[in-house]
Amino acid sequence: MIRLEHVSKAFSDGTEAVKDLSLEIAQGEFCVFLGPSGCGKTTSLRMINRLIPITGGKIYIDGVDTQQKNVNELRRDIGYAIQNIGLFPHLTVAQNISTVPMLKHWPRERQRKRARELLDLVGMPPDTFMDRYPSELSGGQQQRVGVARCLGADPPILLMDEPFGAIDPITRHKLQEEFLKIQGRLQKTIAFVTHDIDEAIKMGDTIALMKDGELIQYADPATLLAEPKDRFVRDFVGADRVLKGLRLLRARDVMKAPKLTIRLDESVERAIQLLDERHRSWIPAIEEDGRFLGWIEREDLESSSNLAEALTPAVSTAALRTPLNEALSMMLGSATGSVAVLDNDDQLVGLLSFGAIREVLAMDDESEDG
Amino acid sequence: MRRLVIPLILASALLGITAWMTSLGTVGIYRIPSWSEVLVSTFQHMQLVLTAEGLAILIGVPIGFVVSRRGLRWIGALLMALTNIGQTVPTLALLALTSIVLGSGFRAAVVGLLIYALLPIVRNTYAGIQLVGPAVKEAAQGMGMSRWQVTSRVELPLARPVVIAGIRTSMVVNVGTAAVAGMIGGIGLGKLITIGISVNVFELVIQGAAPAAALAILLDAILGLVELWMTPRGLRKDVRRVGTRAATPARGLT
Repeated sequence: MIRLEHVSKAFSDGTEAVKDLSLEIAQGEFCVFLGPSGCGKTTSLRMINRLIPITGGKIYIDGVDTQQKNVNELRRDIGYAIQNIGLFPHLTVAQNISTVPMLKHWPRERQRKRARELLDLVGMPPDTFMDRYPSELSGGQQQRVGVARCLGADPPILLMDEPFGAIDPITRHKLQEEFLKIQGRLQKTIAFVTHDIDEAIKMGDTIALMKDGELIQYADPATLLAEPKDRFVRDFVGADRVLKGLRLLRARDVMKAPKLTIRLDESVERAIQLLDERHRSWIPAIEEDGRFLGWIEREDLESSSNLAEALTPAVSTAALRTPLNEALSMMLGSATGSVAVLDNDDQLVGLLSFGAIREVLAMDDESEDG
Repeated sequence: MRRLVIPLILASALLGITAWMTSLGTVGIYRIPSWSEVLVSTFQHMQLVLTAEGLAILIGVPIGFVVSRRGLRWIGALLMALTNIGQTVPTLALLALTSIVLGSGFRAAVVGLLIYALLPIVRNTYAGIQLVGPAVKEAAQGMGMSRWQVTSRVELPLARPVVIAGIRTSMVVNVGTAAVAGMIGGIGLGKLITIGISVNVFELVIQGAAPAAALAILLDAILGLVELWMTPRGLRKDVRRVGTRAATPARGLT
């Protein structure tokens, strides 16, 4: 757990980089420091491991005042990763990863073993990469080694300053996903700096939005998007904040159970009857074993002799975990304006419609007004 | 070892010239120095060079390091400027000055050479440490390395190739400057050259100049090997080239 109490930083030239910052990052929580450049987010991060000395307030880690600890030992218990990675070019990948274990005088065997584990964890085959040098790696691979290195001695706390900042968007996306998976397993307490609102929403359990050295809003991503505290927050999260908020919801949160389905071996008459009874223009079609096939539309039924002929196969389907923004884009491409949600066995478990999404958004609008 | 071939050929050619001059015996009324005399002079010459160089390393590397520290960098910048001016002072003038102050002989020659040898060493040590990226240093510090560990485990190993390159330059320049110092101090190969010039006998001048050139070439080649050997593997150019080639095939990891 990290606790900042009335922390401030004034540089010798009089500029105040951080003003009276108080916040708490709970055990196992992923906290993102977000804000425009010069807002003091990096300074805040670097004050936690005392790379920048604080000029006011206190910082506690697990209840212990960081000022009371030996600075090098403090840092060895905190993983640190930065945008420019700073891998040591004269050391191998394994030696780089073992930096903190080496400083902690782990036996050599244990260092090697740990380096192997970590390379595996970040998806780099140890046998291939252990003894390579940083100059022999691509940018993405270096970034992975940077992440592995900050996990070196298994510190409970990680400080990460735009660790995925300097790589191409596709690699960045991939590394973010993988890191979230790793975090899901390791449950580290993380302070993470970024200026990218999308990254913050995607990665953070909580977001600390800063401006001019002050903490403007400290909330979870959904709250930040739904209830921006002031004009600045509203502008910073962007006019498309409603769409961004969709990303935080999953298909399973909004889907409705299908009331009506038809099996492909049923008759055309039966389908027409079902649709006309309910004044519907389409119906999801399933296999006998319940697997989803596509849509049967009313207008196609007149000219068809059996249901298989009338079937419009679904272009795309959502999974339970599909974020709502992706589902929405599928919806826009769907003939019926609906998206089928399938479980792992391709069974139809729900339907997503504009109406259902609008309901969720309407709820958010209310909370914003109130 | 391939890199030694050309220096060895050149050095043997120069020694061949010396052998030829020696075989002449006399030119006019002047006796050409024998092998043993040339060897003694060469030995003196090396002594002069190595003493000055050794002292220059002992003094220059720490100075270069100290002025690269934060807070002292302005001294570093100043020193670099002075260094560049210092190198424009004619060798002969400087050596003449030291011999006036310290008298002629070995000691004066060493001091003069030392001043010359210092410059490339200080400059390269300073530059080498400056070249270590701020991200690398920040990472080292952020992971809990003490100041001394940042220096000994990161800065010095990374600066080492540049420092050695400075020593190499300084050493080669030194061999030439030592010949001038010898002219004034009356020692080493410079002495042979001075005599040759004063009596206007070309063969005598060659007898001093050729071994000096051979010495410079050989020392340069040896230090080139040392430089390679002292460069951490990850910084070597050939490794990097191999590396980029090896990393190109898509492994699905990037």
